[in-house]
Amino acid sequence: MTEEQQMIVDVARQIADELIVPKRAELDETEEYPTEILKAIAQADLYGLYIPEAYGGLGGGCFDVVLALEQFGRGCTGVATAFAASALGAYPILISGSEELKRKYMPAIASGEKMSAFALTEANAGSDASGIQTTAVLDGDEWVLNGTKQWITNAGEAQIYTVIAITDRAKGPRGATMFVVEEGDPGFTYGVKEKKLGIRCSSTRELIFKDCRIPKDRVIGRPGTGFITVMKTLDLSRPGIAILGVGLGQAALDEAVIYAKQRVQFGKPIISFQAVQHMLADMAIQVEAARALVYAAAKHIDAHKQEMSKVSSMCKVFATDMAMKVTVDAVQVLAGYGYMRDYPVEKMMRDAKILQIYEGTNQIQRNVIGQELNKEYTRS
Amino acid sequence: MLKIDIEACIGCGLCESTCTFGAIAVAEGHAVVNEKCTLCGSCVDVCEVEALSIVREERAHKMNLAEWSGVWVYAEARKGRIAPVAFELLGIGKRLAARRNVPLTAVLLGSGVNGQARDLVAHGADKVYVVDDPALAHFTDDAYGNMLTDLIREHQPEIVLAGATAIGRSFIPRVATSLATGLTADCTNLEIREEDGALLQTRPAFGGNIMATIVCPDTRPQIATVRPMVMKPNERDDSRSGEIIEVGPDPGRLRSRVKVLDSIAEAQDKVNINEADVLVAGGRGLEDGKGFALIRELADLLGGAVAASRAAVDSGWIGYPHQVGQTGKTVAPKLYIACGISGAIQHLVGMQSADTIVAINRDPNAPIFDVATYGIVGDLFEVLPKLIEKLKQRTDQ
Amino acid sequence: MNIIVCVKQVPDAKDVRLDPVTNTLARDGVQSIMNPYDRHALEEAVRLKEKFGGTVTVISMGPPQAAETLRDAVACGADEAVLVSDRAFAGADTWATTYTLSQAIKAIGGADLILCGKQAIDGDTAQVGPGLAERLDLPYVAYVRKINDCTDGSFTVERMMDDGYDLLQVPVPSLFTVVKEINEPRVPSLKGKMKAKKLEVKILTAADIDADPAQLGLKGSTTQVVKVFSPQLRGERAILAGSVEEQVDQLFQKLANLL
Repeated sequence: MTEEQQMIVDVARQIADELIVPKRAELDETEEYPTEILKAIAQADLYGLYIPEAYGGLGGGCFDVVLALEQFGRGCTGVATAFAASALGAYPILISGSEELKRKYMPAIASGEKMSAFALTEANAGSDASGIQTTAVLDGDEWVLNGTKQWITNAGEAQIYTVIAITDRAKGPRGATMFVVEEGDPGFTYGVKEKKLGIRCSSTRELIFKDCRIPKDRVIGRPGTGFITVMKTLDLSRPGIAILGVGLGQAALDEAVIYAKQRVQFGKPIISFQAVQHMLADMAIQVEAARALVYAAAKHIDAHKQEMSKVSSMCKVFATDMAMKVTVDAVQVLAGYGYMRDYPVEKMMRDAKILQIYEGTNQIQRNVIGQELNKEYTRS
Repeated sequence: MLKIDIEACIGCGLCESTCTFGAIAVAEGHAVVNEKCTLCGSCVDVCEVEALSIVREERAHKMNLAEWSGVWVYAEARKGRIAPVAFELLGIGKRLAARRNVPLTAVLLGSGVNGQARDLVAHGADKVYVVDDPALAHFTDDAYGNMLTDLIREHQPEIVLAGATAIGRSFIPRVATSLATGLTADCTNLEIREEDGALLQTRPAFGGNIMATIVCPDTRPQIATVRPMVMKPNERDDSRSGEIIEVGPDPGRLRSRVKVLDSIAEAQDKVNINEADVLVAGGRGLEDGKGFALIRELADLLGGAVAASRAAVDSGWIGYPHQVGQTGKTVAPKLYIACGISGAIQHLVGMQSADTIVAINRDPNAPIFDVATYGIVGDLFEVLPKLIEKLKQRTDQ
Repeated sequence: MNIIVCVKQVPDAKDVRLDPVTNTLARDGVQSIMNPYDRHALEEAVRLKEKFGGTVTVISMGPPQAAETLRDAVACGADEAVLVSDRAFAGADTWATTYTLSQAIKAIGGADLILCGKQAIDGDTAQVGPGLAERLDLPYVAYVRKINDCTDGSFTVERMMDDGYDLLQVPVPSLFTVVKEINEPRVPSLKGKMKAKKLEVKILTAADIDADPAQLGLKGSTTQVVKVFSPQLRGERAILAGSVEEQVDQLFQKLANLL
């Protein structure tokens, strides 16, 4: 780690310890969006981590973002998701957007002044992204969008939305385009905040486009390249989700060990019983292994952008499956106390589930890995 | 400075293990001192071969200590009434004055307070200097500091005590600095040293984890601010006589650069329980909300705040900001008095770091007694009123 | 508005104990941190700067490693850092400390406002702020919990008292000591940390501040520590027996020194 990277870890850790951890139970209870914490993250300059300096960012890469997200993830998956989802929303512009588009939107995102959101999923298009039905039709100088997006993170809180819509059904995979839709664009509204199992402070809503009109220059990249941008975006953002799993797993492990050391039953702290020790050992191994994999994947991505897909999917699957198992085990270690909302682990267990689902279910990830292996071995 | 006789030193390391500050260590066969030394003398006392001694350097401008005599107490008055701490100071002041065989004097500053000077005499003062002026109606560091400094300069007491209150801790440092003398803050114990009659001032440091005893060897007066509610006041004796002297202040010295625009009282409830040094907590044992009146009264008398277990909050007897425990706040006060609280782990985790824990509970098997420093197995409705009564007696004027 | 903030690097006091066996201040594993009250003072200074413009200079009297705390302050918005460091300053009590700091502040040209934390969590004296104001002949307010306004060359502030607060008007230049209630200190920013890393901390020695050696450090102190010990109550456990009257009496005695 470079000195700058250590600074990222230090600042993110301080934010997690001082601002996120003390509020996470309350945010989970009230389902309130963590506006103040996100403001503090902005003031700490962390929004610009992955944005080139030319647009007011710090010019860092995937690994730098991973380092910050790990610390936020240790604090609260919900808060960390809000931050990560904003990066997800910004990536399409960075990956495929024109110079003008980047100059228009990136500085405000880098400073944290504006949040962004990524809009792909629809009621009938989850894993099967090609099934999207939102359309965009060019009418003079404007695109007109119609359709509904579902379960969009940061919806209603973000100001900038990167949205994929079908522009030419006949062209199949080459018939979709990504656009930037802004809060306040005519015909653009949101649904109510969804009630979720976990990451409850994160804002998840529908996006509703009813003859939503946006200027022509809001196209990201060339029309028809929408799905390519989406794929590249998800490849790049997966390590971010994976590291949320690592942070979550670590936090759960910490709670479990501390509890096991002080809970006395049968005259001894329960950590002295092998059954408990083995559980903790397995948890620790998994967290460590996941961390190593995600770090390696992030560094690989920074070095070889062309070969992202496989490592990106691998680290997402492994780390999020790990987080689910480790958090369930943490609740088991805390047993009755762990089941009570008084203690933080039940929330961690609830938060872990989404990590296996969003940004491509772990089943889809395995498809990706399988396909990549097929390609790889064919080549050689 | 610490003198080390290298010939006599046997390099046994006793000094090294005694030194609290890590200032002396054995190297190359003998003791070596570094700049962390505070000349406290602990190593000198423990050295078995008398290889260590402290040589005091002559101060450039040494005061003639013999010219300074008498024990003084700053009798704090706020909003026209003498504060309880003033009487506590007269209590310890009298004991110190007796040991030094000198009179005890009180200084009273304010506006419309001169009538209360005799209360100070009744509680032990032999003499009271009163400066009664409208300019002193509200506390300002400039005016109050000037008044006290001028009186001290003129009459040269050897010891000056003040309460470690918001007022005392604000202006006494200024007084000490202008008199070029030493000040020890927040003392919990004061004694006269046998050998030379110096004032030994004991106070907490490192948040109370350590106690330190301090002296002011070369300058006078020796000034100490004293923690309120530690010293005992004397019994009131209206038959006592004392000299009450009204001092006419120099108007120039009454001017304050800081102007008081207003003075606002605030209800105790605003206190953040995390900041309180003393917490009195109520639990299910209170049986209903009325019990909290006792808790509040005790907290007020101790200058502390009210806390509660989850059971009390869930029952609606007190608000959530007062809740201590797993789902409430974690506190580490100097004193935590748990009344009618059983001590379930969810509560303990929020308060077990308190310095001193007192538990009052009817059930002798309540887990709270496992962490309590002092436990009373009894009915809190009997114990608390008695405790409150005793405290009231102590602070009565 | 030019502001000077006095900061101190302190051990994390809640972790400092006297080892009962060796009677030594056990400092192993105890972190060095910026005195928490100074964080609040720094935050207030940075907010004032953001409102009125100007510069924030942090100053600290301490050993060379105190520079780390000064850099932490820069990472949170201070512009300049001054470390007043010299072996001659070692062992200073608050008298010698206020002398040293006041000389240093004079050497760097003073300020419109000097902010200090209420007290340091190791010494716990709360004497340096007022003593420093006296040395510099500045009007001061201790325990400021809110700075309301600054107009026409004076501040309106709220001073926390034991039973409420006083509303005061203070001319510029002046000195305030602040309590925790005044604000929520910010976390450092990345850009701030990078700036802090590159920043040259100005170091002032005894010679640089035109100090009279007789007033420095241990030699220049007016008070002296003669003994350090552990508060006895730790580890004691007692169930108080007897009638209610007796129980309360015993409790009262035990607690008398404590309260």
